[in-house]
Amino acid sequence: MTEPLVTFRNVKKHFGEFVAVREMDLDIHAGEFLAIMGSSGCGKTTTLRMLAGLEAPTSGEIRIGGDLMNEVKPHERETPLVWQSLALFPFLSARENVEFGLKMRGVGKEERKRRALEWLDRMEIGEFAERNITTLSGGQKQRVALARSLVMEPKMLLLDEPLSALDANLVIRMQAVLTRLQKELGITFVYVTHSQSEAFAMADRVVIMSQGEIAQVGSPKDIYRAPANRFVAEFVGRNNILSGTVASLDGETVTISTPSGAFVATAPDTARSVGADATFVVSADLVSVSREEPTGENRVLCTLISEEFVGSMVTLFLESADGHEFKVQMQERDLIELDLHNDDQIWLSWAVQNAHVLDHE
Amino acid sequence: MNQNRTLNIILAMYVLCIFVFIFAPILFSMVFSFNSQRFPTIPLGEFSTEWYAKIFADPDVWLAARNSLIVSVSTSVVATFLGFCTAYSDFRYNFRFKGPYLALILLPPTIPLIIMALAMLAWLSKLGLSGQLWSIILAHSVLTAPFAMAIIRLRLNQMDPDLEAAAWNLGSSEWQAMRHVIIPFCAPAIVSALCLTAAVSFDEFAISWFVSGLNKTVPVVILEIVQGNIDPQVNAIGTFVFLTSMTLVILAQVFFISRQVKSHS
Repeated sequence: MTEPLVTFRNVKKHFGEFVAVREMDLDIHAGEFLAIMGSSGCGKTTTLRMLAGLEAPTSGEIRIGGDLMNEVKPHERETPLVWQSLALFPFLSARENVEFGLKMRGVGKEERKRRALEWLDRMEIGEFAERNITTLSGGQKQRVALARSLVMEPKMLLLDEPLSALDANLVIRMQAVLTRLQKELGITFVYVTHSQSEAFAMADRVVIMSQGEIAQVGSPKDIYRAPANRFVAEFVGRNNILSGTVASLDGETVTISTPSGAFVATAPDTARSVGADATFVVSADLVSVSREEPTGENRVLCTLISEEFVGSMVTLFLESADGHEFKVQMQERDLIELDLHNDDQIWLSWAVQNAHVLDHE
Repeated sequence: MNQNRTLNIILAMYVLCIFVFIFAPILFSMVFSFNSQRFPTIPLGEFSTEWYAKIFADPDVWLAARNSLIVSVSTSVVATFLGFCTAYSDFRYNFRFKGPYLALILLPPTIPLIIMALAMLAWLSKLGLSGQLWSIILAHSVLTAPFAMAIIRLRLNQMDPDLEAAAWNLGSSEWQAMRHVIIPFCAPAIVSALCLTAAVSFDEFAISWFVSGLNKTVPVVILEIVQGNIDPQVNAIGTFVFLTSMTLVILAQVFFISRQVKSHS
């Protein structure tokens, strides 16, 4: 394994009494697309601002390329940031905005113009080069902001919720632009967002933060299928979360008895004992629905309470006999075949390998 | 609809009345400056530029105009610089007693001019600084800096606070960010502040009269002419002073307000 590009060791950041980031340890590798995700106030933006040198850590060490960066001024780093507000200079044209960083680095007039135009062309907004920034649309401004940072040819690009001001269609388009750029340039992207869909759609690895701490780090798939704790399980989309006690152990699998019945789930290799508390999760899209009682270890009879349509996907909300809420996600066309009505009794089932025991509560 | 029209007419009349009320005296003074008669009476005499010829021939008036020009230009530069620094300190930093700090800075224009003038005279003469052109500049800067600060502060409040940090992030030192981001952003407000402070300084009488000593400015000379004899020369000078100030004030408006509208659109 090569040396990570960025290391956070024991990093803390306090603002007076408020603790924004506590005890953070994180490695960011060269060339990866890392998303830092969490709700507002979780410390994700502070983490990014510390990388850019806009905040200094209260304690701990931040290294970039092995060098200690704690006290290095923002302008002495190569960590361009794409701002949530975009922070484009309103009194400059699109081209002058892109040239700004090169000008500060003392690049000559002709060369910086050439490089700026090159990047504007690459972002497909070359025709707007001489337009005043205030006359551009949201998507065009977004591209100028990206070009302004990337023209510096950094090893790492920081992005702070750059798509939050765009409408949904444009978000999808810009996601494609960003992932393609990241692959083509081969540089590190550190992307802060509160949006799960953005993080999961683009990132190689996702860091989930809560109250200044890292709740889980992993690939989107790992986090989605095997959340490490209840916070992540609840935060990441539609999960069924069931708590109970360990009834028996059998190598990789654990039988957990809950008020809704006994279920078998796979457990990561942490030591457990019979009688201990345990919680497992099943993603709502991995639960099957049937009229007849299914075979297999994991099944529960539920009453349909309500349905929620989002495009072609439907989420069913059901209740087991003990009153626990279950969620099932399925294609609308599959639902039509089942011909379900509220208050119908139906069976839910799922495979053992799709039920994951949480590492911690 | 009909009622609305009536209301609009009434409002228009009202505004017209206000304008007449404000500008009629000045207009009269302009008209009389071209009147051949010595006393301002109606019916008017013949059209004449006699009084203009007279003031143009008066070396005292020229000297006063030169003094006023030096004082107002210097004052505008000093006051705008001070105003900018205070506005920026307010924008950029948070510190204890910031409220009282801002209140103190905004205080000078609320002090009656005559009190301010006397205080300035007493203070400057104690320091041995009175009776010079730059004593007036000093005093006028104190008086007008708050106006400059108010205008520039308003502009800074419209600025995305990330803009400065974005400049640092792109490799600007703090001074470079000041030069390439903050000052260009504030440019319309700075020009506007220069015009407005120059106008206030150009018109100011009380302080000038007290601290100027022998270096008279235009308003001081006007008073002396009025004291000496009633003479339409005053109207002629008045017309000049009025046009100068109005030009400056209108320029200030053009620079500031037009940008305001633009940045909001």
